[in-house]
Amino acid sequence: MNVKYMYSLLAVIALFLIAWIGSAIGLKPLFGIVFPYVAVMVFIAGFAYRVMSWARSAVPFAIPTTCGQQKSLPWIKPNSVDNPTSTGGVVLRMILEVVFLRSLFRNTRMKLKESGNKLAYNLEIFLWVGALAFHWAFFTVLFRHLRLFTNPVPGCVELVEKIDSFFRFEVLYDAVKVALPGVYLSGIILLLAVTYLLLRRLFIPTVKYISQAADYFPLFLIFGIAFTGILMRYFLKVDMTSTKELTMGLVTFHPTIPKGVGSLFFIHLFLVCVLLAYFPFSKLMHLGGVFLSPTRNMRTDTRARRHVNPWNYPVPIHTYEEYEDEFRDKMIEAGLPVEKMPEPQPAEETDKKESHDG
Amino acid sequence: MADETPKPDELLSKMNHRPDTGQDWMQVPVNIRKGMYCYASNPKSVAYLGLPNARPWNPLEEDWKLPENWQEILFEGFRDRLEKFRSFKVFMDICVRCGACADKCHFFIGTGDPKNMPVLRAELLRSVYRHDFTRAGKILGKIAGARPMTLDVLKEWWYYFFQCTECRRCSVFCPYGIDTAEITIMGRELLNLLGLNIDWIATPVANCYRTGNHLGIQPHAFKDMLDFFCEDIEEITGILPEPQFNKKGADILFVTPSGDVFADPGTYTCMGYLMLFHFLKEKYGFDITWSTYASEGGNFGFFTSHETMKRLNAKMYAEAKRLGVKWILGGECGHMWRVINQYMDTVNGPADFLEEPVSPITGTKFENAKSTKVVHICEFTADLIKHGKLDLDVSRNDNKVLTLHDSCNTSRGMGILEEPRYIIQNCCRQFYEMPANTIREQTFCCGSGAGLNAGEDMELRMAGGFPRANAVRHVHAKHGVNMMACICAIDRAALPTLMQYWVPEVDITGVHELVGNALILPGENKRTTDLRSEPLPGMEDADEG
Amino acid sequence: MKDRTLIITGLIIFIALVAFPFWYNMGKASPQPDLVLTAKAKAAGACVMPTAYMRANHMHLLDAWRNSVVRDAKRVFVNPQGKTFNISLTKTCLDCHSNKAEFCDRCHSYASAEPYCWDCHLDQSKENK
Repeated sequence: MNVKYMYSLLAVIALFLIAWIGSAIGLKPLFGIVFPYVAVMVFIAGFAYRVMSWARSAVPFAIPTTCGQQKSLPWIKPNSVDNPTSTGGVVLRMILEVVFLRSLFRNTRMKLKESGNKLAYNLEIFLWVGALAFHWAFFTVLFRHLRLFTNPVPGCVELVEKIDSFFRFEVLYDAVKVALPGVYLSGIILLLAVTYLLLRRLFIPTVKYISQAADYFPLFLIFGIAFTGILMRYFLKVDMTSTKELTMGLVTFHPTIPKGVGSLFFIHLFLVCVLLAYFPFSKLMHLGGVFLSPTRNMRTDTRARRHVNPWNYPVPIHTYEEYEDEFRDKMIEAGLPVEKMPEPQPAEETDKKESHDG
Repeated sequence: MADETPKPDELLSKMNHRPDTGQDWMQVPVNIRKGMYCYASNPKSVAYLGLPNARPWNPLEEDWKLPENWQEILFEGFRDRLEKFRSFKVFMDICVRCGACADKCHFFIGTGDPKNMPVLRAELLRSVYRHDFTRAGKILGKIAGARPMTLDVLKEWWYYFFQCTECRRCSVFCPYGIDTAEITIMGRELLNLLGLNIDWIATPVANCYRTGNHLGIQPHAFKDMLDFFCEDIEEITGILPEPQFNKKGADILFVTPSGDVFADPGTYTCMGYLMLFHFLKEKYGFDITWSTYASEGGNFGFFTSHETMKRLNAKMYAEAKRLGVKWILGGECGHMWRVINQYMDTVNGPADFLEEPVSPITGTKFENAKSTKVVHICEFTADLIKHGKLDLDVSRNDNKVLTLHDSCNTSRGMGILEEPRYIIQNCCRQFYEMPANTIREQTFCCGSGAGLNAGEDMELRMAGGFPRANAVRHVHAKHGVNMMACICAIDRAALPTLMQYWVPEVDITGVHELVGNALILPGENKRTTDLRSEPLPGMEDADEG
Repeated sequence: MKDRTLIITGLIIFIALVAFPFWYNMGKASPQPDLVLTAKAKAAGACVMPTAYMRANHMHLLDAWRNSVVRDAKRVFVNPQGKTFNISLTKTCLDCHSNKAEFCDRCHSYASAEPYCWDCHLDQSKENK
């Protein structure tokens, strides 16, 4: 059976329990101080290491994928973004790729139609929407969290918070009291998007077939992070002031474990630490790698500007001289020009050669 | 061979795009199936090139006669390439397996074999990469998607890296631009370290190395063949073109794939070139030469390794230098242009002995080719037409309802999209595009590129070409399209078979065949037939009389 | 190589952004603010609910109070100890905690929370001055 997702699910559940039990039996300093510092250091050092390991590899050839009309004759309009001949074009192409996941926007879904003998391609926008929602929501959530790591909180963070919580839908019954203070849309979207990305891995056959445990793990992990975060904010309330005291302690190098910070927070924090430490050694490094992809980040003016291969080396070639030496007689006979006319040879030898050829 | 190939209906009924998700793909053994693979390389060809491990072997046999330390060779080769190619290293590391590429591959669409999904083709290498080069793979093994290099894995590599035409369509849809062509190129380089090539690639490469072209045409025969086309042209038009060969001091060197010299319908494209050059010579004193030494534009070396590609490509500049021409004009070809556009200047440049290309007729400076100094003939001809330098009678192509197949390499490795359209629309009156998802940068491969246009892998070719044929069938049904133009010699060799199989009503032409038909040569007789000796529109009776 | 410089520059910018909280605060300790209890609050000894509950959940209580008064016209709150209170922000809460600036605002600005209480209610401590 194909149970790759089970490994990942079990791993995340185990992490959850570890943090829960750990913080309950008095290991709060470990989970609240040591792990966060270690995780951040691993993240930064690991990220830098990975990027530098890519940077060390050479870029021998200019191999951009051209996705539009080339720049050639002056009266033909080139596609300066999808076939960028200038650095500006490349920058624009990269921005569209990184910020708007442009290539995914092109996505189509192939279908065999009409009693199975006709192919059709439909726009398949959901992967793009899901991925865009996921990445933007994640970024917004991260950015919002700066309010826990800055004092005073910068205006731009407050602004993002305000926009993010623009819609108010408070549910206040005696039994259920949710959504106060204001609901951050980003958190909800993140949870929904990560669920969608997970479900498509489980239910689209092709995607399930290619998925590895390493694909499910970050999804479960991020699901856990978003879930515990939402739980803390809206359901099992945490004491914000004390929480911030802890987080501020970390970033100002005055670490402390204030009273009144519950286990749920330590679970949340531990899952984040795991994500940070896991990041550099996983596919999540696409965050850095997307900038280094030679098919996207190179100019396409490859015939106008020479790209230099740092390890270009001479290779054996079959020279014209060798070629002519082999075919000279035939070339002369066919009236093709040659570099070297053969020495006039004694008649008998020419005869011999001819008979040999025949 | 052809009789063993399944009929279109059989092929269609086999198409299933829902892989068995109960299985782990690593546990599915490779099944090297007749009709889907190409024969092993002839040891003589491998030896002639001095490539490693030349010996007779058969993919169907258990023993592939590998060198003792083959795993070590692969490991070293892998590591070497990770350092030499950032593309390789980055593509090994950052794929998130989102699956966007899965149904973009013509081989997956046509065969339904899940290992033909681009992502999984790359995972064939990645799984070994994880095992050998990443810590997680070393520790976690299978859970991390890692596996050791075994003979079965090697066979899987060989089977699937020769089921990819390096068309780059997946790379268009990948959010990181991961290019399976690049993966396949690396995979094939590694396989070549063990002498595991296919003969359809190895022998043309050896031929090309020796005689200057893939088909092994020797200089006198090359000239003969072109002379023969000239006689055909004389028969049709009353004008005998006189091409120049190996001429020192000519203005321009012309290089085109040898396929156009050898087989229909490429030969008609070749006649188109000859007529165009003759016209330009008569009217404007155009001075261009063919070469028997650099008589191949195509480069099957590219399907072997970067090194072999460089070895074959070197002849173009070497010959241009020897002849002392000003610049090089390149014919209609796909992978030839991928090489010229993205590799040639880097591997064999700088071409400082040539001049920046300027059209001697219109004075247009080809700024986009100022360093490599090779101009695509479609750029050249489009410029001529734009300046009104050609006398064209479009009515001669009125019996053709055209569509254009954008060739993969020129679309996604160059971007020459409008030039051939402009030429076609100036030479023909009936032109219809195929659906947007199947043309331009999203064009579908002919299914036979990257050295796979052999005879023995016909089922693979017909399956892989299905998405292309399907789009042709659509415009055939809707607009009555009966002719598909292309600017690639492999297309001209492969597509007629594909059309015969899926859409027999549609034939294949090169763009310059259309030019040849429409071009009014100075002093020509009234033509009654086109270049294929078929009656021109309105001349159907004249032919009999 | 030129592109390596570019990559390193990008990497440094990225790390600088990631480390933003570390340099933004310049290592200045920011423990949670001290709340000042007025004499009256001290004398009362206990709030309407236990302190720990109030720290995390006061916004829910206040919202429930508002709804109770505005929608149901109920003005009496009975806490678990059986003690009754008049439901009123101004007359009950702010009666003890009459020092908004040293009580409410300190935490709110520390945690970057911006309650909308003061959209309607007047800060009487200011009015009186």
